[in-house]
Amino acid sequence: MYQALKLPLDQCHRFINADGTLKHTIDEQEFPLLLECYKAMMQIRIFDKKCVSLQRTGRFGTYPSVLGMEAIGIGVGKAMEEEDVFVPYYRDQATQMLRGVSLYEILMYWGGDERGADYQNCRQDLPNCVPIATQCTHAAGVASSFKIRKEKRVAVCSLGDGASSKGDFMESLNLAGTWKLPMVFVINNNQWAISVPRHLQSGAERLADKAIGAGMPGEQVDGNDVYAVYRAVKRAVDRARAGKGPALIEAISYRLCDHTTADDASRYRANEELEKAWEFEPVKRLRALLENKGLWNESQELAWAEHCQANTDKAVELFLNTEAQPPHAMFDHLYAELPTQLEEQYATLLARHHA
Amino acid sequence: MNAPLKELQPNAKVLKDQTLLEAVNAALFTAMGNDDDVVLLGEDVGMNGGVFRATAGLQEAFGNHRVMDTPLAEALIAGVAVGMSTQGLKPVAELQFMGFVFPAFEHIACHAARMRNRTRGRLSCPIVFRAPFGGGIHAPEHHSESTEALFAHLPGIRVVIPSSPRRAYGLLLSAIESPDPVLFLEPKRIYRSLKSDIIDDGQGLPLDTCFTLKEGSDITLVSWGALVTETLDAAHELEAHGISAEVIDLGTIKPLDEATILASVMKTGRCVIAHEACHSFGVGAEIAAMLAEKALFNLRAPIARVTGYDTIMPLPTNEHYYMPRTNDIVEAAINTLQYE
Repeated sequence: MYQALKLPLDQCHRFINADGTLKHTIDEQEFPLLLECYKAMMQIRIFDKKCVSLQRTGRFGTYPSVLGMEAIGIGVGKAMEEEDVFVPYYRDQATQMLRGVSLYEILMYWGGDERGADYQNCRQDLPNCVPIATQCTHAAGVASSFKIRKEKRVAVCSLGDGASSKGDFMESLNLAGTWKLPMVFVINNNQWAISVPRHLQSGAERLADKAIGAGMPGEQVDGNDVYAVYRAVKRAVDRARAGKGPALIEAISYRLCDHTTADDASRYRANEELEKAWEFEPVKRLRALLENKGLWNESQELAWAEHCQANTDKAVELFLNTEAQPPHAMFDHLYAELPTQLEEQYATLLARHHA
Repeated sequence: MNAPLKELQPNAKVLKDQTLLEAVNAALFTAMGNDDDVVLLGEDVGMNGGVFRATAGLQEAFGNHRVMDTPLAEALIAGVAVGMSTQGLKPVAELQFMGFVFPAFEHIACHAARMRNRTRGRLSCPIVFRAPFGGGIHAPEHHSESTEALFAHLPGIRVVIPSSPRRAYGLLLSAIESPDPVLFLEPKRIYRSLKSDIIDDGQGLPLDTCFTLKEGSDITLVSWGALVTETLDAAHELEAHGISAEVIDLGTIKPLDEATILASVMKTGRCVIAHEACHSFGVGAEIAAMLAEKALFNLRAPIARVTGYDTIMPLPTNEHYYMPRTNDIVEAAINTLQYE
């Protein structure tokens, strides 16, 4: 099955098979966690769908969907402690939601308002990072600050498969290994960097092997199995917290959506491949497992979906009713204090817009 | 500044005959001693004390957890500084030469300069990026350019350039204390050639005011960095011709203290801007534009610029043809005075 997609999923670590059966036993005590993961994955999927439709109806900016990659984000979020710092790229809404970023803040950011990055919770988490892989060096700096201050905290950095080709990723990996930094790199390998498929991104058989040259462990996991992601990231985070250094995790998934709402993947991607990929998607298999274990049923599914939709609608309503920042907002946080040289430009702006 | 030494603070030490390098070193020592959040990182800054010795003795004094030799990767150095600063540290990141700043440019321009705005003030990047810059020391290719204008164009950062040991000490201390990211460019041609006494009292110099090094009434000479030395020499030569020149050292390039320059030019009606950087699209052009906008009818002659050329900096054999000289500034000033 996986071979048809040329995904190396059979070689990577997995607990929950695509049909919801278990490849490896999961401790009974972990099932409440799996239930929480499932609920969170449903919430982000329903919210994500709404974001795409807001864009389609002209009420939203360009938006990168997380469809199909929910297990990675939720697994990472569950594996982190509150005092850790998450350093995202720009397709990390799922992890951000678990970190405490509100749906409203996510909407504000992608709706084109800087206030969406002024997280009211997780104040030390970094904001979305658009220039590819540059967040990796920032995460290394965050981890360095923990090390310098002898704090038992961990920086978790997220990136896509395309980002693994960039110097910033390799430089950060190299530093993390050299300084034994308390950090974890998670590659969301969703097989596509806009239109460029994974095999044109690197000659390496496994992106996880890039860890070897940096002197740290690297591991592939089935990124559509939330428990596999959680376990791998948790182990890496615990290890980093214990002062044993960084790790790289390559979570293998598939981008079931376009790159962003500005993209049309049908121009470069075969529909058969996409259809096949849906067989491995993460939400369905977890539901099957939970239902098999008697922990979930159709009526719970409907009630929870309704609840997630209500959360989403509430956040959307708040977002759509939020007034834009005043024109001078662009000056307000440029420097700690407005430099004298900018006072005239500030006044010009106010005069032009009668603010 | 040629002003008299400040009144001594209780803990102040007078450091005699300090070079600009020693002044940088003294400021780093003082800043690190006063604030545990100040950390140093860069290539060769630790055990070796920097290729110019600017960070000599600091790792020994403060430990390798606060003075960090990084792998040889400039984007990494700048990016790590960004990450550290978001968590409350005050990193001083050394870029070994300005010519190697370009891998780091993305982090300075796209992150350090924007983090505060991006997060509505939630996170910020109080970083000092130190880099030796400028020509005149017969260095290999990429070691001699003056590219301050590339950075002065960026919203969200400060660009500071000292021109004497005392200003290096005071401006660097203020740069480290600044809540904003600062590009601190050290003119390496005068790293060891100028000496002055420094009061090591932890007192910074303002980052929003130009330094009027010499008062005068006939013409305003504006410069910054190493060329301030030649500009002052030119002013003294002009004095011998009976011409009273005012000399302004920008000190802080961005944000620019327009008021000091404007007040001087309103008084003298004439202005020569001297800089080592290429002629066009630079800081000199910005000053000239500002004067044209705000002092056109006070000008008694066109503004003149004495600069490097819009060329690639020649290798050492012909480097001297590129560099503006004292006499070039004197001639420009005389031409300006002879206009009308």
